[in-house]
Amino acid sequence: MKIIDIQNQLVKEFEELESWEDKYTKIIKLGRELPQMSEELKTEKNKIEGCQSQVWMHAELKDGKMIIVADSDAMIVKGLIALLVKVYSGHEPGEIMSSPPEFLQKIGIDRHLSPTRKNGLGAMLKQIQLYAVTFNALAAASEQ
Amino acid sequence: MELTYEHTAVTEEKRFREFDVEKIREDFPILKRMVNDKPLVYFDNAATTQKPNVVIDSITNYYTYENANIHRGLHFLSEVATELYETARLKIKEFINAMSASEVILTKGTTEGINLLANTMCRADMLKDGDEIIVSQMEHHANIVPWQLLCERKKVKLRVIPISDEGELDMEAYKNLINEKTKLVSIVHTSNALGTINPVKEIIDIAHSAGIPVIIDGAQAVAHQKIDVQELDCDFFVFSGHKLFGPTGIGVLYGKTEYLDKLPPYQGGGDMIRTVTFEKTTFDDLPNKFEAGTPNIAGGIGLGVAIKYLNTFNFADISSHEHMLLEYATEKMLEIPGLRIIGNAAIKSSVISFIIDGIHPYDIGTIIDTDGVAIRTGHHCTQPIMQRYNLTATARASFAFYNTKDEVDIFIKALYKVIKMFSS
Repeated sequence: MKIIDIQNQLVKEFEELESWEDKYTKIIKLGRELPQMSEELKTEKNKIEGCQSQVWMHAELKDGKMIIVADSDAMIVKGLIALLVKVYSGHEPGEIMSSPPEFLQKIGIDRHLSPTRKNGLGAMLKQIQLYAVTFNALAAASEQ
Repeated sequence: MELTYEHTAVTEEKRFREFDVEKIREDFPILKRMVNDKPLVYFDNAATTQKPNVVIDSITNYYTYENANIHRGLHFLSEVATELYETARLKIKEFINAMSASEVILTKGTTEGINLLANTMCRADMLKDGDEIIVSQMEHHANIVPWQLLCERKKVKLRVIPISDEGELDMEAYKNLINEKTKLVSIVHTSNALGTINPVKEIIDIAHSAGIPVIIDGAQAVAHQKIDVQELDCDFFVFSGHKLFGPTGIGVLYGKTEYLDKLPPYQGGGDMIRTVTFEKTTFDDLPNKFEAGTPNIAGGIGLGVAIKYLNTFNFADISSHEHMLLEYATEKMLEIPGLRIIGNAAIKSSVISFIIDGIHPYDIGTIIDTDGVAIRTGHHCTQPIMQRYNLTATARASFAFYNTKDEVDIFIKALYKVIKMFSS
């Protein structure tokens, strides 16, 4: 499935949830289900410092696809991370680069990305793009 | 410039207003608004307080009818604006019982007040290589970082008074830290993260017995108890207007004349000089020496009005109402399984920092926000406190005199909901 299709599917799933409570319950559930990030990967280098919560993220290229693993000490942030992993992990860097996270706004949780939240999530999105750009450039260089 | 506005000092009504919290809430329009379709429960008063109508109106009025630059013009509006601004200074002087209005320096806020002192004390050689400054482990970053910046320029050392598990200063350790190298003590009156009200009078007396001047960071104290700088005998006292129901961007540095006279200007510019030539510039007297440039005139006027508004109340009524909220909320919160309060000093302000086992403060804050409850989560700009208790963050509820028991009930209910959501 393409990134845009996954985004649309998530938007649909969230549209069915009426209250904030239901939305957050789902986000918490997604956080619990997020595949565990191995402790060895939770290094200082992989840490995205947030004022409110901490986020760790690592990405690598496997068979041309970018695999993202991440974690947070706050469960809601972890749930939001799970959404980002669902959307972006397992796709080619080029596709990631051309797919902005529009679904966050449609779901109504884009305020978690506002600078006042300082939860590391906005920084994680930037980091995903940075990894994608880097992997893309490396791939282009190796082809030449 | 001589201050010639004594005649405008309005005599306050001696009869205090009856303390009726529902009537008080009518004065604060924001308290009527809805958040996420629920009535706002504003428990983030330690971060900033809400503003009464009289303060909001004073700012609108100023820009609508009274705006002009102050201290400079002889035209009608300039005199009106100057009078309003200097009347505000007088109100502040009376509010903290300073000896004179010229001891009241208007700043951007607490942070600027401390930076001003760190900067000018260093240039006045009040702090030299090898000197020591005593602060405590419960300081806000605003009372740590300015001194660290100074330490980088001069070989000055910061000495830190430790705190107990309950969140109280170790007074014996304080006494032991004082030595012949100690040149300054800078201490928070009331902790924004723990709620602890420190024994500032005792701290000041101990420092003075060794001839050491004391700065009190009063940011969290002024809205909750009567401050009398002469009775405290502190040498400097700093606070922010926005935590006192006034506007943001305005604050106060009180200093004893003998010290303020010794300090050089902080910033150079207009309104702080007597004569300027390219060879030599002479500076104006207090308070203008420290107030370069056009100040936050509307902010100053608004702060004066906030103080006038507060003066209609008996501070004892405010303190006892807030204390009732503190005790009620503490009791209800301690019934919540897994909840732990950080900061259990015997003498506390209406601030409750807490954690819940297995639930991150970010998660607590996010969920109760959907119920319209505003609290603060994070390290509260007090990372050394977090390190002391081995935490990365806490959640914090802080009350003002317009909060109610019913609001505490809504907050407690929201906390139970958090627990339910994260345990299922």
